[in-house]
Amino acid sequence: MSGSLLAVSGLGKAFRDYGSEWRRFASWCGLHTRVKAETWVLRGVSFNVAHGESIGIVGQNGAGKSTLLKLITGTLRGTEGTVTVNGRISAILELGMGFSADLSGRANVRHTAGLMGFSHEDISGAMAAIEEFAEIGEYFDEPVRTYSSGMQMRVAFAVATAFRPDILIVDEALSVGDSYFQHKCFKRIREFREQGTSLLIVSHDAGAVQNLCDRALLLENGALIKDGDPSEVMDLYNALIAERENSTITISNHASGRTQTVSGSGEAVVETIILLNAAQEPVEFVDVGQPVTLLIQVMAREHIPRLVLGYMIKDRLGQPVFGTNTHHTEQVLEHVQAGQRLEFRISFPMNFGQGSYSVSTALVSTDTHLVNNYEWRDLALVFTVSNLSRPVFVGSAWVPPKIEVCSL
Amino acid sequence: MKEILLAIWSYRHFIISSIKNDLRSRFARSKLGGLWMVLQPLAQVAIYALVLSRIMAAKLPGIDNRYAYVIYLMAGMVAWSLFAEVVTRSLTVFVDNGNLMKKMAFPRVCLPIVIGGSSLVNNLLLLATAIGVFLLIGHPPTLAMLWLPLLIGINLAFGLGLGLILGILNVFVRDVAQVMTVVLQLMFWLTPIVYMPSIIPDRLRSILEFNPMMHVAVAFQDVILYGRAPPIEGLTIIAVAATVLLLFSLILFRRAAPEMVDVL
Repeated sequence: MSGSLLAVSGLGKAFRDYGSEWRRFASWCGLHTRVKAETWVLRGVSFNVAHGESIGIVGQNGAGKSTLLKLITGTLRGTEGTVTVNGRISAILELGMGFSADLSGRANVRHTAGLMGFSHEDISGAMAAIEEFAEIGEYFDEPVRTYSSGMQMRVAFAVATAFRPDILIVDEALSVGDSYFQHKCFKRIREFREQGTSLLIVSHDAGAVQNLCDRALLLENGALIKDGDPSEVMDLYNALIAERENSTITISNHASGRTQTVSGSGEAVVETIILLNAAQEPVEFVDVGQPVTLLIQVMAREHIPRLVLGYMIKDRLGQPVFGTNTHHTEQVLEHVQAGQRLEFRISFPMNFGQGSYSVSTALVSTDTHLVNNYEWRDLALVFTVSNLSRPVFVGSAWVPPKIEVCSL
Repeated sequence: MKEILLAIWSYRHFIISSIKNDLRSRFARSKLGGLWMVLQPLAQVAIYALVLSRIMAAKLPGIDNRYAYVIYLMAGMVAWSLFAEVVTRSLTVFVDNGNLMKKMAFPRVCLPIVIGGSSLVNNLLLLATAIGVFLLIGHPPTLAMLWLPLLIGINLAFGLGLGLILGILNVFVRDVAQVMTVVLQLMFWLTPIVYMPSIIPDRLRSILEFNPMMHVAVAFQDVILYGRAPPIEGLTIIAVAATVLLLFSLILFRRAAPEMVDVL
């Protein structure tokens, strides 16, 4: 493929278990040995990246995203297929790799840039710019062991992006560090992109993918199942997640790594909980300010004299952002019959800041769950708010400002 | 092969700065710093000299320096310390740098070269110190010492070839490193460093012949202590063995490299 910067064709990676290491050694000597077990983590992946094109790679945990990036970077060798690169790759797979604690930031920068293949002169020429970008002041000449993790990450990012590569690979590494520096990093990535660098970004953040990428790839179980427009790919990704969420309702370990707790006496249970957008379609990613409806279906298993539904939206740290119940809204249901199904539609504008949120539900008889707790369900639903259409803001609430400026 | 050489050439700056960093960080935060590089082997020599000089001194005919045994010891130590350092460090080079190899793409050959380079610098410093000591005890450098660069080269190549093969295997079977610490100790005592081959009974001396390091140690002692050319035959065997081992380690490395990162 002429003109393409990166061509991946039929790429596959298998981890082999030879049963015995002697058989592995024999296989190097050209002997055909039987492989005991092969685990394919990636198979049959083909795509091209043109100059200046930016691509987002999405997929659930274990879909093979990181393996794909490692194969492209060259740290892993594919079992089958080819990767052809016509340019220099810089990968930010894990920042701060290879820093040695007893050497100064400057010596480590020199070392890491050398590891990336740059000559002494190149590095000396870029040193001032790296020092300036990292903004850690005097610490630059102190041993790295005295650094905070944020400082290490600053230096590491500064080296990794000191020279504009043809392809920049970013693997979620940017989710660490303070927001000021994160911003600075994204600014640099955008600048590179404008100057013609292709980006390969792995992210769970729909906002980042739609903002920075021209195309997106969706990986599922090691296969490339969709290659196309970012919004289309994100839709399919959401659908995949929704499917999984519905089928694994009883799993107590939530995908986000948090543990879901369900407790209560069980007279009434939440059967379905979904978030719908304005078009009444289930969504997992919501744009700031978009009107949404939280749909909760409840099933009463026994006769319930008095039923109150409460819900609480929490941020990723578990801090409540908003919560209320039907006792406060004076919509208490009385004498619910056994077997009766109820549907609650809670509509509100998504005036939250960017981030991941969870919904907890409670089915109780009064305004607290201490009297009759029919069911208490943590992490009943998880959704992500990203800012696609509003001006940049920080914080957990979207309070639309009207700023008037006049000179006096 | 050409690829490898090209990669080494383009990463030469990295290799040099790595060697510097390696030496620097090994002794960072110690008061005596780089001095430890020579102090440790010298201390070892001093201990052996103290314990064994009475028994051994008489066994060095033809040398009228009363410190002859110390010179003999040092010559052997210079040879052994390079070999032992290169082998021990090559053994674990891939395991130790596993994280780096998983995250960064760079020619892996750089890693053993850095080890070879840093050990070589270390060894040259030890040799320089040894020569300094020889001057102090009245044993000026001999003309035969011009053999030393060749001897050191062969010694380094042999250690690197052996160490790399074992280092690659050690990635997959970690017992290799454990076994080798014992084997190295055994090898040390099977090499005439603290004793002379002449004190070994004849029928046992043939066992020594099978130890490749014996030839290296004898060559160093010939050149440094006796001031005569080393036995060419033994030296050729080691040089050939070193070349074969190095080539084999490169082939093995090429075959094993793709799978190495998988299991690290």
